[in-house]
Amino acid sequence: MVKSTSKDAQDLFRSLHSAYSATPTNLKIIDMYVVFAVFTALIQVAYMALVGSFPFNSFLSGVLSCVGTAVLAVCLRIQVNKENKEFKGLGFAGEFDSRQYALVLLGLVHRDCELGMGINWSLFPTANTIN
Amino acid sequence: MAAVESLPPGTPSAMRNAFGTVLSALILVLIGVLAFSIRLFSVIKYESVIHEFDPYFNYRVTQFLSKNGIYEFWNWFDDRTWYPLGRVIGGTVYPGLTLTAGTIWWVLNSINIPLSVETVCVFTAPVFSAFASWATYLLTKEVKGSGAGLAAAALLAMVPSYISRSVAGSYDNEAVAIFALIFTFYLYIKTLNTGSLFYATLNAIAYFYMVCSWGGYTFIINLIPMHVLLCIVTGRYSPRLYIAYAPLVVLGTLLAALVPVVGFNAVLTSEHFASFLVFIIIHVVALVYYIKGILTPKMFKVAVTLVVSIGLVVCLIVVAVLVALVASSPTGGWSGRSLSLLDPTYASKYIPIIASVSEHQPPTWPSYFMDINVLAFLVPAGIIACFSPLSDASSFVVLYIVMSVYFSGVMVRLMLVLAPAACIMSGIALSQAFDVFTGSIKYQLSSKSKDNAEDNTSTKNAPKDDASSGKTDKGEEVSKERSSKKGKKKEREPAEKLSVKSKIVKKKALVLPLEASIVALLLLIMLGAFYVIHCVWAAAEAYSAPSIVLTSQSHDGLHVFDDFRESYAWLSHNTDVDDKVASWWDYGYQTTAMANRTVIVDNNTWNNTHIATVGTAMSSPEKAAWEIFNSLDVKYVLVVFGGVIGYPSDDINKFLWMVRIGGGEFPHIKEADYLRDGQYRIDSEATPTMLNCLMYKLCYYRFVETDGKGYDRVRRTEIGKKYFKLTHFEEVFTSHHWMVRIYKLKPQKNRIRGRVKKLKQKTSSGVSSKSVKKNPWM
Repeated sequence: MVKSTSKDAQDLFRSLHSAYSATPTNLKIIDMYVVFAVFTALIQVAYMALVGSFPFNSFLSGVLSCVGTAVLAVCLRIQVNKENKEFKGLGFAGEFDSRQYALVLLGLVHRDCELGMGINWSLFPTANTIN
Repeated sequence: MAAVESLPPGTPSAMRNAFGTVLSALILVLIGVLAFSIRLFSVIKYESVIHEFDPYFNYRVTQFLSKNGIYEFWNWFDDRTWYPLGRVIGGTVYPGLTLTAGTIWWVLNSINIPLSVETVCVFTAPVFSAFASWATYLLTKEVKGSGAGLAAAALLAMVPSYISRSVAGSYDNEAVAIFALIFTFYLYIKTLNTGSLFYATLNAIAYFYMVCSWGGYTFIINLIPMHVLLCIVTGRYSPRLYIAYAPLVVLGTLLAALVPVVGFNAVLTSEHFASFLVFIIIHVVALVYYIKGILTPKMFKVAVTLVVSIGLVVCLIVVAVLVALVASSPTGGWSGRSLSLLDPTYASKYIPIIASVSEHQPPTWPSYFMDINVLAFLVPAGIIACFSPLSDASSFVVLYIVMSVYFSGVMVRLMLVLAPAACIMSGIALSQAFDVFTGSIKYQLSSKSKDNAEDNTSTKNAPKDDASSGKTDKGEEVSKERSSKKGKKKEREPAEKLSVKSKIVKKKALVLPLEASIVALLLLIMLGAFYVIHCVWAAAEAYSAPSIVLTSQSHDGLHVFDDFRESYAWLSHNTDVDDKVASWWDYGYQTTAMANRTVIVDNNTWNNTHIATVGTAMSSPEKAAWEIFNSLDVKYVLVVFGGVIGYPSDDINKFLWMVRIGGGEFPHIKEADYLRDGQYRIDSEATPTMLNCLMYKLCYYRFVETDGKGYDRVRRTEIGKKYFKLTHFEEVFTSHHWMVRIYKLKPQKNRIRGRVKKLKQKTSSGVSSKSVKKNPWM
């Protein structure tokens, strides 16, 4: 029973790996970016758990902006993916422009949240020692 | 639409499309003008004045903003209300409305149109109702097409429920918030239909404007996740759904946290947890679909069993942590108002202030018919029409109307949220009905003419045959060509006839007889006429009263009761700037805005204990009340009394709430002391506590001088205690119709004879009565 499940698991991972390596390179780049953004958000959460959430503004803006760029990158991937039949003829550049609006808004809001406490280091939590 | 673009501009269908666009633009302009003008009845019947109570606060804030600029506004600490506590205006007000009106005023003044702040405030609501009907057009167009959109916009321009909160002069949050609500929903549906990130960004910005404007934004942030969940559960997940929802959650939460009123509540309170939960769920679903797409079915089954076994354990841990977090706060993280929406009996048990507001009571059945009239029975037809092709957008409006019907049943004030949903549904129903009827008429008429045409062509064919058969070779060749052409035509004709017949069979199933369609069309138009008549009547008679000025028709003409403004003007002219005025909380906003005096409690009702203090003072005998008011530095007490003219919303009718709220905080006020046979009475059967309390004395002081008998027109009895003197208060002002009465606290006497003996008696009696609850002010 265990052997069959472990064999199944190995087969599963192999098939996942082979299917994933078939995706085009630009989509893989987007995926890497998403993983990096989520990783940064997780680091911030761990930091907050360690040090305490006192300037909650900076925590909130940092985490939500990381998650935000991840989400927007996923949206970009959805729209650019050629296998997605619902988005035809838009192409990489067109969607990039729409995404720019969203990113600009995210950046403005992020800056606004930070300035609420006058901190500029929320994306680099290790330097966040002064008020 | 693509077919239209490819047609050359001169073709008939392109012309028809252009004509249609121009016509619908013209109709939209007319709808906007209609929405604006139907709200002007109060300006015509009374004057251009701000109505009710809450709008006066918004007006005062807008005045401050226009005078001092936006930085002062954000940092404003108001020390003229809630004395001695004050109120942080920048952090407790929803800034959308005041910023909008302030911006309009500033823009108009900078292009040298010198409108006063009051004019801008009075007319903001009608202007934004025109915008709201255009937004309804856009939203319904996304759901069902532009015909339904125009019908829905026309219905929303006139619906009485929306008129009631947006007449000219009703300068309240809902005036702007309903426009923001509909516009946000429109952008959400547009993003869902197109999958474009540009509209997703606009959606987040519109949601931000909604958060700025009204506390009802929690409706949006719970309805949209519910819809996303509904789509996932019914198998309508698509990448467009992800694009419509995920950026909205992240950007929307960040933007909501920027508004000072909301602040960190955007991530900490239970009202927002639904959106985060569905955010996680949609990511899981997206991942599942992605993996399903790249794996073979067998491998997918293996993946599912693996994930389910591991994931279940992780899920249970996370859920346990969440539940512990939420359960640790006493209300599970919900605010009082939201809890009273979910459990309608909550407020009456725990928070009497929320229960006492008349807008928070459940509505009666007649009020549904009054407020949405004909739409009440067009809505079910619209719901059915939404199902005939069920798309994401139409499932959203169905969910919207179901949720808004539930919430409107809990609180009368939320009938306002029901109004746009009802208009959209009815617009869809009306448009579908018109389609069917006009389609049948068109088909019936065209089929009649087609029968005539077929007869003509068959008679035309017969002579042609005769002509061709009787001709020479040329004729024969020609006839052969003709016959071959005719043969081809005839071959095509049967084929066409077959396809046309199948179409005819299909259409015949939907087609109604000609007379029935015409009659039904006329009846629908009459229905619309009844709706319009009702709406205009409601706007003119029921919802245009400014409540600060009262009128009544009697046999000797129109009487105008302007007592409120008279007394506020007296206050502002005859008292010092720093004098404090105590009254029940209803009149706080008006007093600070019009009389410009510091008040103790006002309509914001954020501090229950302070309100209970004033309530206790009004329910106590004169000396105790004087002590309480003196401890709050009060100089003047204001009461509203309707007994002379029969004005029913006066302080004696509100007295039961003073006793209840005061008794909730200070147990020495017991409601039973004021009740005789379970009723509050002021006649000779009233309890002695009632006859001695401050409210009774201040209202009925010298009342017997008006008609000699002391007959109270509202309570319809003679009063109990008619001749009495006031020992600690003196009357300084009574308005023309005795509606507002102002009293001044008498200063303490320097020397009281026999006081030493009284003190000794007090100490001896104090030892023996330890078990009785002591009045904390004595």
